[in-house]
Amino acid sequence: MIRFLRPLCALIAAAALSAAALAEDMIKIGEYASLTGKEAAFGQSSHKGTLLAVEELNAAGGVLGRQIELVTEDDQTKQGESATIVKKLISREKVVGILGEVASMRSLEAAPICQAYRTPMISPSSTNPKVTEIGNYIFRVCFIDPFQGTVMAKFAKETLNLRRVALLTSVSSAYSVGLAKYFKERFVADGGEIVIEQKYTEGDKDFNAQLTAIKAAGVDGIFVPGYYTEAALICRQARELEMTMPLFGGDGWEAPELIAIGGSAVEGCYYSTHYSPQVDTPAVRAFVAKFQARFDGETPDAMAALGYDSAKVMVDAIRRAGSTDGPAIRDALAATKDFEGVTGSTTMDKNRNATKAAVVIMVKDGKFKFVQSVAP
Amino acid sequence: MPKPLIALLAAVLVAFGVSYFSDHIDPYYLDVITGVGINIILAVSLNLVNGYTGQFSLGHAGFMSVGAYLSAAITMLAGPRILGDSGGTAVQQGLLFLGALLVGGLGAALAGVAVGIPSLRLKGDYLALVTLGFGEIIRVIFQNVDALGGALGLNGIPNYTTVFWVYSFAALTVFTVVCLVRSTYGRGFVATRDDEVASEAVGLNTTRYKIVAFVVGAFFAGVAGGLYGHFKLTITPTGFDFTKSIEIVVMVILGGMGNTPGVILAAILLTVLPEVLRAVDEYRMVLYSLLLIVLMLVRPRGLFNFDYSAIASRLRRKFWPAGS
Amino acid sequence: MTEFLQQLLNGLSLGAIYALIALGYTMVYGVLRFINFAHSDVFMVGAFIGYFVGGLLPHGTFWGGLAALAAAMAGCAVLGIVIERLVYRPLRGGPTLNVLITAIGMSLFLEYSGQLVFGATPRAFPAIFPAKVISLHGLIISMNQVTVIVVAAVLMVGLQFAVHGTKIGTAMRAVALNPKAAQLVGINIDVVISFTFGLGSALAGAGGVLYALNYPSIDPLMGVVPGLKAFVAAVLGGVGNIPGAALGALILGMVETFVDGSRWSTYKDAIAFAILIGILLFRPAGLLGRYRAEKV
Repeated sequence: MIRFLRPLCALIAAAALSAAALAEDMIKIGEYASLTGKEAAFGQSSHKGTLLAVEELNAAGGVLGRQIELVTEDDQTKQGESATIVKKLISREKVVGILGEVASMRSLEAAPICQAYRTPMISPSSTNPKVTEIGNYIFRVCFIDPFQGTVMAKFAKETLNLRRVALLTSVSSAYSVGLAKYFKERFVADGGEIVIEQKYTEGDKDFNAQLTAIKAAGVDGIFVPGYYTEAALICRQARELEMTMPLFGGDGWEAPELIAIGGSAVEGCYYSTHYSPQVDTPAVRAFVAKFQARFDGETPDAMAALGYDSAKVMVDAIRRAGSTDGPAIRDALAATKDFEGVTGSTTMDKNRNATKAAVVIMVKDGKFKFVQSVAP
Repeated sequence: MPKPLIALLAAVLVAFGVSYFSDHIDPYYLDVITGVGINIILAVSLNLVNGYTGQFSLGHAGFMSVGAYLSAAITMLAGPRILGDSGGTAVQQGLLFLGALLVGGLGAALAGVAVGIPSLRLKGDYLALVTLGFGEIIRVIFQNVDALGGALGLNGIPNYTTVFWVYSFAALTVFTVVCLVRSTYGRGFVATRDDEVASEAVGLNTTRYKIVAFVVGAFFAGVAGGLYGHFKLTITPTGFDFTKSIEIVVMVILGGMGNTPGVILAAILLTVLPEVLRAVDEYRMVLYSLLLIVLMLVRPRGLFNFDYSAIASRLRRKFWPAGS
Repeated sequence: MTEFLQQLLNGLSLGAIYALIALGYTMVYGVLRFINFAHSDVFMVGAFIGYFVGGLLPHGTFWGGLAALAAAMAGCAVLGIVIERLVYRPLRGGPTLNVLITAIGMSLFLEYSGQLVFGATPRAFPAIFPAKVISLHGLIISMNQVTVIVVAAVLMVGLQFAVHGTKIGTAMRAVALNPKAAQLVGINIDVVISFTFGLGSALAGAGGVLYALNYPSIDPLMGVVPGLKAFVAAVLGGVGNIPGAALGALILGMVETFVDGSRWSTYKDAIAFAILIGILLFRPAGLLGRYRAEKV
């Protein structure tokens, strides 16, 4: 019995060491998202895309000969949480890079920390320009609101032929205020007129007052650069007030709830976003198929696609850097050029934003229908 | 030198020491420690209003936000002009920060006067709702002031908060509240809580006590807000809403209204527990609310409401039989 | 002129919903002298009951709508009675602060367990009543708004009858006037209080369904803001006074709608609280209430 003790100990020690070595051998990437709370739909969608990407990469051998571990934390859509969990991911989990967040407000909260600790951060879909202005460790794989604003301004003027537009902005989100500003700049520069501007707060249910005022002003279109919950109600109430002009918005509209809550009122309305599952390229088709297979037939939306791309871009940069050193990854990220992803080709410009095309989506027959692609 | 003052100075020294070695402490743990300190200030200051004076205030987060915005405005807008391009020396930054915090506290104190005076005639439920209303009004005002960032809030606040500042102020808050309440003047607070009519009948100016409680509580809440702003580096109006006020109220109730050591323990527990329970975070608010209900049904005095002085003297007699 | 009339109609519809919630607050306060913080969440539960029942019934029929409404009212009545029995009754007679804290705890519990069970993302409320839109000289009248106003009016008339025309209603008024004396004349206080809670909660449940009818996006936190506004309405009218609650709600609905359409729409929430503070400062008994001297 005792004869076996020494080899047994050696075996156990070897097993333990290799387990430890294996664990140490994984490259950790941190993710912070709103998995619960008011904007859970966005967070969960982007998380699924990110997860799919990491699983795919691991199946193909990981990166630098090691497997990737995705460490995800939930910020519950609450202020103050993103800062704490990102600090935790960096100092406790020792992640080499951070992915997040969907909403600009929470990206703005976490970015200074990533910058201070020199850990590269990629936001999948925060479109407010201030996010990457925080520092040179902060990147994004999507377009920014100055571009998105011009996309819808051009679409409104040239495709929908609108002259007189009303703005209905949410004052409680950085995204909405920013997008409205850029839309207005471009639309007015192109010769259009913003006849009336009304405001609301997120969580509002009744927009009859604002819509009645807009109706009285006589416009041929309403731009609503907010989130889908309010947008759906706004469309409904507008149609009930017999306002037949088109309503349109930005990527905050994209969620199945828009149609569920808006019903027939959102038919014929438009919004701009980063990607459409209907775009007929091999990359998109493959992604949609893989996503549906992994997540019970669910079709991926823009948040999922961007989450996917953000993970792939991060890992690609690690590969090109050849190390897990923060500054090295950062430099590799900044040099990202023509990375082919699901949401198009990503090249980091000098402000660490991606110059990407936008797509315009229309709601038709109760479904989201791709209308056109708008290049920068 | 009186004992409380010695304790205060000792606490400040310890805070300075910890802060000095803060580079060696894991940043996440440092984060939690800082959060605990800020919550201690908030809970102890609210305890003065709710616990000792019996004024059930649900708007404490509103005072916090006033302090946060004012102090951030000073460090962000006036800071560069005072410190110059180089950013100033550590001492200069420290003085600027101290000044900003005090201004924030004073601003919050003024808000406390504004809230306290109309609320004087109100009791229990009405007072709770009016203070809640004031908290919401303050939030709506900040949401509409574009110079302070509007709904987006302020971003890029300088990272001035350290363990030293937080715990020095925490010690100061505890010192102030405890000394205030234990003084002869301070008996008036408890008297106002116990029976307002009788207190008036014996000649106590309950109105003045209530206002003083509000103002002192608001001052420290404002300082806590300033510390919070320079800690999280981003503040938005919605972050200081009714939910935040409730979180502080839960600490006070858990600790036992009018029991400072208990409230401190509760603040520590309720800051550390959510970090430990991050895995089951979605259940947090459900558990808090159940805790409130069960506590009121079973032990309304609060979980940590022990007679600390009795425990302290028993311990002293055990280990220092000759001394006492 | 059309815009003004339109806003008037909007205000009436909003006021009707606030009235239904406010009545529950005012009745409970009248009888028990405490503010039932959980009332706004009973409102939310009503909307969710309507959502689930409405999903089982055919949409757009009058009878379907009434069935969903009745189900919500019944469900909420039961919820209200259960809450009172389990949580408030044991604390009766103790310091009111404790009951207040318990009520807050109950409210939070309903909200956050709602979030756990139903998820925080809003759901689309089905169109359970026939939804048509009539246009009258440029004035748009939505059938949903009319339904809300009519149902609210019917319920309020019913409540007046219940309170003034029935035995238990009289008992309720007696307990509100003087609980000890009421007990002395043989009124079973427990039964009366349960009845009050049940009635108030049923009205809140109806309010929830009607609110969701007009604003078909429901989520577990939907009751917080309307609940606070309804409370302000109750105080405005004179807490404990039933016609007062209705009047206060109407005024508040109107003021809010007109502010919403003006330049200061983002101050909307603050206006309600400013009204609360103003009323408590200048006329604490409310518009229709009587000032009661407190006996020591």
